[in-house]
Amino acid sequence: MTQPIAQTAQTPPSRPVLRPDAPYPNTVKPYKPGFAERLYLPLLGGLMVTARHFLRNLFGKKMYTIEYPEERRAYSHRFRGHHILTTRPDGSVRCVACFLCAQNCPAECIHIEAAEHPDVNIEKYPVVYEIDMLRCVFCGYCVDACPEEAIIMSNNYDMAYFTREQSIVGKNDLMKPYTFDENLLGYRPLFPEEDVQRAKMRRDAFNLVEAARQAQERETAKAAAGR
Amino acid sequence: MSTLAPLSETPETATSTVQELEAVRARFPAGSILPQDGLDQPTWIVSRDVLAAVARELKDNPQTQFDLMLDLCGVDFPDREERFEAVYHLYSLHRGARLRLKVPLREDDAVIPSLIPVWKAANWFEREIYDMFGVRVEGHPNLSRILTHEAFQGHALRKDYDPARRWILTEDKIYKPHFDLPPGENEDDMFERMTVNIGPTHPAMHGTFRLMAVLDGETIVASDVEIGYLHRCFEKMSETHTWQHVIPYTDRLNYCSSFINNVGYCKTVEKLLGVEPPPKAVWARTILSEFSRIMDHCVCNGTTLVDAGGLTNFWYLFQPREEIYGLLESVCGARLTVSACRIGGLIQDLPPDFEARCRRLLEIIPPFVEDSEKLVNKNRIWIDRSVGIAAISGEEAVNWGWTGPCLRASGVGYDVRRAHPYDLYDTVDWEVPVLYGGDVYDRWRIRMLEIWQSLKIIRQLLDRGMPEGPHIVDDPHVALPSKEACYNEMEAMIYHFKLIMDGIRVPAGEIYNMVEGANGELGFYTISDGTGKPYRNHCRPPCFPIFSTFSRLIQGGSLSDAIVSLGGLNIVAGELER
Repeated sequence: MTQPIAQTAQTPPSRPVLRPDAPYPNTVKPYKPGFAERLYLPLLGGLMVTARHFLRNLFGKKMYTIEYPEERRAYSHRFRGHHILTTRPDGSVRCVACFLCAQNCPAECIHIEAAEHPDVNIEKYPVVYEIDMLRCVFCGYCVDACPEEAIIMSNNYDMAYFTREQSIVGKNDLMKPYTFDENLLGYRPLFPEEDVQRAKMRRDAFNLVEAARQAQERETAKAAAGR
Repeated sequence: MSTLAPLSETPETATSTVQELEAVRARFPAGSILPQDGLDQPTWIVSRDVLAAVARELKDNPQTQFDLMLDLCGVDFPDREERFEAVYHLYSLHRGARLRLKVPLREDDAVIPSLIPVWKAANWFEREIYDMFGVRVEGHPNLSRILTHEAFQGHALRKDYDPARRWILTEDKIYKPHFDLPPGENEDDMFERMTVNIGPTHPAMHGTFRLMAVLDGETIVASDVEIGYLHRCFEKMSETHTWQHVIPYTDRLNYCSSFINNVGYCKTVEKLLGVEPPPKAVWARTILSEFSRIMDHCVCNGTTLVDAGGLTNFWYLFQPREEIYGLLESVCGARLTVSACRIGGLIQDLPPDFEARCRRLLEIIPPFVEDSEKLVNKNRIWIDRSVGIAAISGEEAVNWGWTGPCLRASGVGYDVRRAHPYDLYDTVDWEVPVLYGGDVYDRWRIRMLEIWQSLKIIRQLLDRGMPEGPHIVDDPHVALPSKEACYNEMEAMIYHFKLIMDGIRVPAGEIYNMVEGANGELGFYTISDGTGKPYRNHCRPPCFPIFSTFSRLIQGGSLSDAIVSLGGLNIVAGELER
């Protein structure tokens, strides 16, 4: 560490705190309450404050507490919540298994297994894509790292699991956002001009995925009924 | 009449102490002190034999007056013959000068003399260097592990310690409290005394601290605290991650004002890189730091009163905090652990309604703070509970290494924003409030006064208007290229991959950089060896020296006073134990 440093970071200009000859305050001078304070009089002022708050809260001023499961706080479109794996227009996963998100994850919570994609233009896709939601710190670094906009975040924040195994969320669950609504998207790359078009693309892709899923569900139901 | 230096005084640079330092150096045998070119502050390599004498001289010499020992940390260089280095950071309040002392140590003879007689602040820092590096401290009254468990084996910050190593820690080896009993007494004849244990999971302990107090009736005769329940070795973890990845870790230092930690860390790395963040980022950092400070003070003052039985004030002060969380969330997408800074700027461009939201906050916050002041400031119940409780004089506080609001409540107006202006603090008009009581009451009041000053700073910056331009520095070696460029341009794509795979290449060097955290000087001492990861990243947590004083503060008081004084100190476990 003895080699010279190229940078020219300089000592910040400093300003002494005390006069060079000033001694330290070596005794304490505690606060001296006045006559009214000794008679507890300012307490009346305090009571006025609490009474004002009481009346305001009673007659419909905005309350800061919310009734959580029924009422929800509105978060911005940058909220870093549950991840979403985005899809191509044909409903397949957009991810090309480049491992940048896994590399950029400070919590090391992303596990990917790659395979060859049938389409030569795409080359790779993830067979397994898992995020351990208990390890995840929701920093958004995976979104920053993704060169394909394949992983974005939603503003869904209630994630609760009964077991640790459930907390490892796989590809299918990540591709299946709970409802596809622009308002529910969270932290993602910002493109002010293109947002409308992108929103449409995402919605179309989702509709395809959703249709395929429903068809599959119908088939399983039919097969189950047939048996 | 004030002992504080006037503002109009021309800023003295630290170089003005060069001659004085040379004079001190000349008094010691040739070769025992070697000056080194420090990037940020004068650096001396001091031989261990003269360390105690040098420290005493630096403190007592009226020409230098290094009376504030800020930090002591160790560094491990396994390839060197003198493997360890103990690094001291000193500060002179009278001259505004800094000095770094490095003491090289051989592995087979890793012993340093204790500097507790010179600076009491050295006490816990020396225990930390013993715990983390196995450097023994001669003359230390209680040399035991501080951050890790007693049954922990090895020394976590040594380079040959595997970061993934796990231990099963059992109860058969636990911390033995060290009571600083009055002279002439020992633990065995404490027949009439009772030792009580509070914590680590006790609501009054604000986190996970364990207080063991020897009581005589209700009076505390002696006490000791055990910390480390929230230790996660953030410093070791930074060594295994790239520079950019450390930012989420810094969120968890002082989690009440995580934005300030982000700024502190990013500024340190930016200094080392020689990168200047764009004006918009600096502007937003200053504003959001001040909002975070308000939030932190609200939490501290709110919960202090809860300990004394006043719950109403807590509700009033938590409402501004809730609104500020909303603002932070709209900027970066998270409320508590914001990770809102990046090296070279901010996470994303500011939202279009940023200024409007800030202005709204400036209207929302004052009524609540006013109400709280009306409730509490002249309330005799609170005055009786807090005036004169856990009082400490400015001189003693400095000796214990205090900084921040707690020190300013004892009459020493040291504020990094004023003493070493950074970001935009030098361009706005504000004051450093100073009180002279040094007790719980004045610590409460100083935080309220600081909230008003923070609001004043924010208002002036908003009036100035948001600077135009990018939110992050336009340097592909530091900041990721924009997504648009990354999708469409080959070159940007390559930079993107390189930055993520290898991390930022920070030139080799060392730096200590500080910002004013919500409870004092938050410093980062960072060493780079030129690779994509920090070689050593040490955080100087402001509440570490403050909490080391706790046993001394509560001695002689009653147990309920101890609880009230703990709240007023604003000890945050995440930062204390890293």
